[in-house]
Amino acid sequence: MIGAIVERVRALTPVADADLERMLRIRHFERALLRLFERGQLNGTTHTCLGQEHVPVAVSGLLDPDDYVFSNHRGHGHFLARHDEPHALLAEIMGRQGAVCNGVGGSQHVYHGRFLSTGVQGESLPVAVGVALRLKRVTPGRLACAYVGDGTWGEGSVYEALNMAQLWRAPLLVVVEHNGIAQSTPTGAQMSGSIAGRAAAFGVRHHRIDSVDVNVIRHELAPLVAAVRSESRPAVAEIRVHRAGPHSKGDDTRTPEELREAAEGDWLPAYADSFPEQFARLDEEQRAFIGRVVDDVLIRPASDWERP
Amino acid sequence: MRVAEHLNEALHALLDADPSVHVLGEDIADPYGGAFKITKGLSSKHGSRVISTPLSEGGIVGVGAGLALAGDRAIVEIMFGDFAALAFDQLLNFASKSTTMYGRRVPIPLVVRCPTGGRRGYGPTHSQSLQKHFIGIPGLDLYELSPFHDAHALLATMFARQNPCVLFEDKVLYTRRVCREGVVDDLFRFELTGGWARVYADGDVPPDCVIIAPGGLTDRCLEAMRDLLMEDEITCELLVPERLYPLDPAPVMPILRGVRTVCVAEDGSAGGTWGAEVARLLHPELWASLSGPIRLVSAADSIIPTAAHLEREVLVQADTIRKAVLA
Repeated sequence: MIGAIVERVRALTPVADADLERMLRIRHFERALLRLFERGQLNGTTHTCLGQEHVPVAVSGLLDPDDYVFSNHRGHGHFLARHDEPHALLAEIMGRQGAVCNGVGGSQHVYHGRFLSTGVQGESLPVAVGVALRLKRVTPGRLACAYVGDGTWGEGSVYEALNMAQLWRAPLLVVVEHNGIAQSTPTGAQMSGSIAGRAAAFGVRHHRIDSVDVNVIRHELAPLVAAVRSESRPAVAEIRVHRAGPHSKGDDTRTPEELREAAEGDWLPAYADSFPEQFARLDEEQRAFIGRVVDDVLIRPASDWERP
Repeated sequence: MRVAEHLNEALHALLDADPSVHVLGEDIADPYGGAFKITKGLSSKHGSRVISTPLSEGGIVGVGAGLALAGDRAIVEIMFGDFAALAFDQLLNFASKSTTMYGRRVPIPLVVRCPTGGRRGYGPTHSQSLQKHFIGIPGLDLYELSPFHDAHALLATMFARQNPCVLFEDKVLYTRRVCREGVVDDLFRFELTGGWARVYADGDVPPDCVIIAPGGLTDRCLEAMRDLLMEDEITCELLVPERLYPLDPAPVMPILRGVRTVCVAEDGSAGGTWGAEVARLLHPELWASLSGPIRLVSAADSIIPTAAHLEREVLVQADTIRKAVLA
């Protein structure tokens, strides 16, 4: 296992500043959230995407502004890769002025432009099929992209949606961030068979990517995304990731061995080792930038919501 | 014209008038035209906008919500309203919540049609009236078909609010004639006021009692009212709202003020009923003028048996309503 990871690290391709910058921006944003929680400055709960930041950065490079994106409970990275508006997202999570949804939706319920997240597992997939069907009719070539986790595959709505998407040729891209753990339950204890097998059962194209290299992920996704657009049919992209943080805040029950494995599978140290100068420069920039974002949002007054 | 044909005609007209309207449901396409034939002819005329779907109630309500979210208008038929339970998450946690949970008004023009009710011997899972389970969900409006309300106008009203709606349609009502031009039968007349139908006996006599009921109860209410008038010399008026929730009693308050007896009848099972919600709204307004608490008539606290004689014991009959008024 570790040998394979080392091999992957060695194989990292040169990364564009813009991509690494965005990955680090998301990482520092998530770390800032956990710090704010520790200091008692955040209300409620949150699910950080530590270790998974590179996936939405890779995917977003292939998306069109007219595509829809559906996100889930672990959606800050999805949002920030799509909309570079960390102030608005942090204000949303903190219930401050300038919040993208006036503080009503919070961490898991964000609707901005054509980005929409919901907090119930699998619920967004049938909705995404409906949206994809309209896109196919009104703006052919546009797609609906829905991020889900491996745990989401326990929900029946996933299969109803895949069936309808394939049956009706909906341009739906399902991106599975397969981090191997559903909250506290390892995939092996909650999923029989495989995601590939389940997609195959519906005749839905499936592609699995094991790399943490943002270029490799994007390169492998590109023909799949192009086919979703041109052939108007669904596809499932399963990307192996490691959840480098807890499910929520301090609720990680994994063994030290499992945690070490997750940390070793994280993209961040791999990029830090492979491109030390570039990494150090961008990491420092983003650390400082997110620090300023936090300072700015912390002094904002509470958000307003006129209840309908 | 029968209520079923009238509703079918209204769906045809809506699809004709608005190219953004899509209808989804199980077995709704021709030649079958839906389990109750409400969608007959729609697919032949409107092609790809009328979609027969897999057996996936949650999925198709989600697809309808997605179409609505992105700019279309969607009507989803649930073959038997009982199966709307399978779509509860989409209604509760997505469609209704999305209208407000993103901090601004998000229109979700979605109508979920639910053939509802018993008296056809379909048994415990194909006969229920589930209205009460959908009451009190912020952003979800509940409507019920009646023989008095024009279905064209009803569909327009539901879409105008831009909220997801559930439309309950009594399955026996489908076979009844629509009432037009103020005439119900030889004895009763009706008028529409602010979304309510008021049914009254000809003549200028103030009623002894007002019965409030969803459209599906109409035939049984009328039978009870006839018997009460002819045999008990009690005059009743019937009030039928098109929207069950949120209920707006304001248009009928002038009728209710001064009445000594109010009775609410419905087909749902006893406990946590729509009638309790109606009474909650009306009691503070009418407490001083009522002779006693509002009388609530519902089906028994029971599953709905299949055999006709057993089903009759559980569901509301005309006589159940008559007895409640006489009590």
